[in-house]
Amino acid sequence: MNKFEEIVAFVRQHCGQSVDIDEAMTPRGVRIQASDLHKVCEKLHEDPAMYFDMLSCVTAVDNGVEAGTIDIVYNLYSIPFNSHFTLKVVVSREQPELDTVSDIWKTANWHEREAWDLLGVKFRGHPDLRRILLPADWEGHPLRKDYKHAEYYRDIKVD
Amino acid sequence: MKGFLDQRFENGGFIITKLEDLINWARLSSMFPMTFGIACCAIEFMSTGTTVYDMDRFGMAPRATPRQSDVMIVAGTVTFKMAERIKRLYEQMAEPRYVISMGSCSNCGGPYWQHGYHVVKGVQRVVPVDVYVPGCPPRPEALIGGFLQLQEKIRNESVVGPKAIERLIAKESASDNKMEKSIAS
Repeated sequence: MNKFEEIVAFVRQHCGQSVDIDEAMTPRGVRIQASDLHKVCEKLHEDPAMYFDMLSCVTAVDNGVEAGTIDIVYNLYSIPFNSHFTLKVVVSREQPELDTVSDIWKTANWHEREAWDLLGVKFRGHPDLRRILLPADWEGHPLRKDYKHAEYYRDIKVD
Repeated sequence: MKGFLDQRFENGGFIITKLEDLINWARLSSMFPMTFGIACCAIEFMSTGTTVYDMDRFGMAPRATPRQSDVMIVAGTVTFKMAERIKRLYEQMAEPRYVISMGSCSNCGGPYWQHGYHVVKGVQRVVPVDVYVPGCPPRPEALIGGFLQLQEKIRNESVVGPKAIERLIAKESASDNKMEKSIAS
């Protein structure tokens, strides 16, 4: 099993920009810049010493209008090393956009579609970024903190 | 006492009843529900069909197509995405058709009534409901209670005399006469 410190050192090695350890995360992980994300993920996936072959989850969290940020959280797992790791990327709320990792882990495809559907996060290079849970003609992204639902959806009263 | 059909009819072999009662009795004894469930209530609906609760004893055999069904049991959370499908299924059923709303979600939105942006707050906003079964989810006994309520409803229906239409025709012809008179004068 890889030690947490070893993984952090590995991430630092492949990151062009800042890497912050966030102790509040479970499993423990780091905050990195959006521009580093794709490269770091690629390295963590393919390096034989790390071998994070599984992306357990991609979550987006809206921090609210005042904070003006959205967190994207990637939970990684390595089956052969039985090691967990978390990557967090902070993007702006007005223009939430970052690179897709669906070319590295196929499972990211639907997770990223969900983040797009519910929070409106755009993933550059995603092969098929459309709504996954809500109907295609839905307006808005309902897990945004300032989301206001429409009065009617196709002539059915909402509230 | 034996059940109605278990008795032997030896004295003459005929029964006298009202046609309406006979039709209603036949209909309420064969309410075919549609095999259709949308959330956890469907599990209770399935249990109702098992040997323990035996839905078949009410003549209720689930049909896998709306065209052969008489009753739609809305068993679960109705989302806006699903609402359109429910309406289409309902419209495909042949009349007379009935809807049982099963459980809190389809009755009023259930646990999603306040913050559920995705849930229709009551399936009656999409299709007309005949019987509401409360519970979250209702036990099979409660659902059977709903069946009995629906049976009562069908028992008291009148299919023979279209009295409402007769009244409407009478009203229209009366107003027509009035108009003719006013034109003539």
